[in-house]
Amino acid sequence: MTETTLLSVEDVAVDLPTPRGNLRAVDHVDLTIGVGRTLGIVGESGCGKTMLSRAILQLLPKKAKLSGRVMFDGQDLAQLDPERLRKLRGRSLAVVFQDPMTSLNPVLTIGTQLIETLQEHLELDSHAAKQRSAELLAAVGIPAPEQRLAQYPHHLSGGMRQRVAIAIALSCEPKLLIADEPTTALDVTIQAQILDLLAREQRRRHMAMILITHDLGVVAGRTDEVAVMYAGRVVERAPTAVLFKKMHMPYTEALLAAIPKIHAAPHTYLPAISGRPPDPTRPIQGCSFSPRCGYAAGLCFGAKPVLTVAESLDHQFACFHPIPAPAGVDA
Amino acid sequence: MMQDSRQSPPRDPLLKVEHLVVEYAVGGRIVHAVSDVSLEVARGETLGLVGESGCGKSTLGRAVLQLRQAVSGRVLFDGRDLTAMRGDSLRKMRQRVQLIFQDPIASLNPRRRIGDIIAEPLVIAGVENPKKRKQLVCEVLSAVGLDPDLVIGRLPHEFSGGQCQRICIARALVLNPEFIICDEPVSALDVSIRAQILNLLEDMKARFGLTLLFIAHDLAVVKAVSDRVAVMYLGRLCEVGPSEQLFASPAHPYTALLIEAIPVPDPDVRPAESMPVGEPPSPIAPPSGCRFRTRCPRADQRCTDEAPELRLVAPDQFAACHHPLIATTPVAPGSNSSAGLGSAARSLRA
Repeated sequence: MTETTLLSVEDVAVDLPTPRGNLRAVDHVDLTIGVGRTLGIVGESGCGKTMLSRAILQLLPKKAKLSGRVMFDGQDLAQLDPERLRKLRGRSLAVVFQDPMTSLNPVLTIGTQLIETLQEHLELDSHAAKQRSAELLAAVGIPAPEQRLAQYPHHLSGGMRQRVAIAIALSCEPKLLIADEPTTALDVTIQAQILDLLAREQRRRHMAMILITHDLGVVAGRTDEVAVMYAGRVVERAPTAVLFKKMHMPYTEALLAAIPKIHAAPHTYLPAISGRPPDPTRPIQGCSFSPRCGYAAGLCFGAKPVLTVAESLDHQFACFHPIPAPAGVDA
Repeated sequence: MMQDSRQSPPRDPLLKVEHLVVEYAVGGRIVHAVSDVSLEVARGETLGLVGESGCGKSTLGRAVLQLRQAVSGRVLFDGRDLTAMRGDSLRKMRQRVQLIFQDPIASLNPRRRIGDIIAEPLVIAGVENPKKRKQLVCEVLSAVGLDPDLVIGRLPHEFSGGQCQRICIARALVLNPEFIICDEPVSALDVSIRAQILNLLEDMKARFGLTLLFIAHDLAVVKAVSDRVAVMYLGRLCEVGPSEQLFASPAHPYTALLIEAIPVPDPDVRPAESMPVGEPPSPIAPPSGCRFRTRCPRADQRCTDEAPELRLVAPDQFAACHHPLIATTPVAPGSNSSAGLGSAARSLRA
C-alpha cells in the first residue's frame, strides 16, 4: 500500500445529453492505480467502463460534461492545454482499443503509423525510428517485422493487427497503458496470446495497466486489483484474490455465478441474474442493482449505498446487505 | 471410418451428415470451408460444435439447412436426404428444422411488429386462420417468458438484445420444430443475460422435446448445454465425444489447446504460460496432411504427409490425430478398462 500513486480518478462523473434526457454514464467514481500495477475494470455493456477510460484519457465526446479530477503523474489532466495533453497521450499515457481494424489507419502502412508515433514523441530520425519500429514488432511477436512495416492493416489478421496496435501503444514506453476490451474481438487462442503479451510487456517495462473487460475470467489471473462497475458506479473494489473469494457485493457474486463453469456438469442450471441493467437516462432512486438483487430490502430501494471499507482498507463495496465472508476462508 | 465394433449402437440419429464438403469461391480462389465432415445428432440430444472463427462451423450449420449448397456429401434428416430435395418438399422439411442466429437485433426486421414477425412462419406454413395464428403466437411468447399483450404490437428496437433473442427463439419455436440449429446464440449478449438465454434454451428443449445443434466458440458455454461436443478446425472435425469426457481428457492437441485457452474466473488458476504460437492458416490454402500441424506441438513428418482420419480413442470419443493425447492401445473386447469414462458417458445419456 506504500506504492506511489500514478493515476487517481477523483469523484469523476460524466454526463451525456441525449434526446431522451441526461445520461449519467459515470457516476462519481474514485479510483487509484500505483506505478507498475494492474487494475481490472469489469462490467457489462453500458456500465460506464469505457466512458470512464475516455474520461481518464480526456477523449470524451464533445457534448459530454466531465466533473471531478483526473490526476496523472502529478498533473490534473482536465486542466492541461490541448497541446500538452496531446504530448502526454501516446507518450506516457497509451491506449489499446477493442477493435484493431478501426483503431489503425487503413490507408497507411504499419511502418508509417509506428514511425509517426515514434518521431512525434521521441524525436528520432527516420532511420532510428524505422529500426525501433521493427524491434517493437518483433517484441510483440510479429514474424518478419521488416517486411511487415511496408504492409497495410488489411494484410494482417485480427490478432496480428492487435499486436501492431499494442506495439504502437508501447512504442514510447508509457507509464500507463489502458487496454479497453483488447481481446473481445479475438478468438480464444489468440486472446490468450495477446493477454500473455500484455502481461509480459507490462512486467518488463514496469508499466501500469488498466484492463477493461466484461469477462471476469480475463481479469482473474492477470490483475492486482479489480473494480466492478454497475450502472456507472464502482460497486466493489478489492485485490483480485480477495474479490473472487470474499466478495461482499451481491452483483459481483451474481456475475460470477452466471458464468458457465468449465468444470460443471453439462445441463447445470445457471443462476441467471433476472431482469436487465437499468436505463441510464432514468436513474433509480435506491441502489441501482436493487431491482435485480436477491438480497434487496427496505433501504436498498430508497437510498444509494456508498463505497464502504470491508475487512481491509483496500477492499470496498457499496451495499446495505453485503454478503458475509464465507466461513472457512481465512483472511 | 467409424466402423469400430466397440462403438455403442447408433442412437436413433435425427440428423446425419455424411462426408459433407462445402466450398465457395472468393475472388477466384476456393475457400475450403467444410471438408469431408461426418457427424450425427441423436434425437433429443444437444451436439455442441466448437471452433475458432473461420473454421467452418457456421457454414456447416447452414449447409445442413441447404442454405448453402454442398459440393458433395449428404445431409440426412430423419432418414431423408435434404441435399436431394428441392422446392416444396424441401420447404416442408425446413419447417421441422429452425435456425437461431448470433445477432438477435439484426435478425428481426426492424419495420415489422413482433406479432407479425413471429406469425410469418405460420403464414408460410399455411396456417390460414388469423385467430389460430394469434393464439399460437401468444402461446410461444409466453413460453419464452414475454408477455404477449405487451409485446406483439411493438417493434424490435423497443427491446434489448436479450429480449430480441427471446423473440427469435419464439419465432423458431412457433412451427413446433424438432431440430434447432443455434448459431452462436449468446455471443452477442452480456454475461447476466447470457445465462438467462442458455437456461431458456434448456427449458425449451425439455418442454418441446427438441434436438439441438449448438454452434459456439466459447467452450464453457458449449459444455454447459451439450451432451456431446464436436471440435472443428479449418473445415475438418478434430474430435467428437461426450462433453464431460472430452473436457476431462481431450485426445486431440487442438481440443486441449482450446480448453487451456479459456480464461477461468478464478485467480488461483494461473493462465497457461506456454500457448502455442501462431494463428490458424487460411482455409484457401489449408496445410497438407493434418490441418492443425502448423500449430501443433506434436506434429511430425507423418502429419504433413497424411491426413488423419477420425478414430476411436475412448468409448464414444473419436479424434483425428496421428499422435493423440490419449494412448490408443487396443482394448481387449469385453474388458472395461476405461470404466470411469464409460460410466461418465452413460450417465450423460441417462
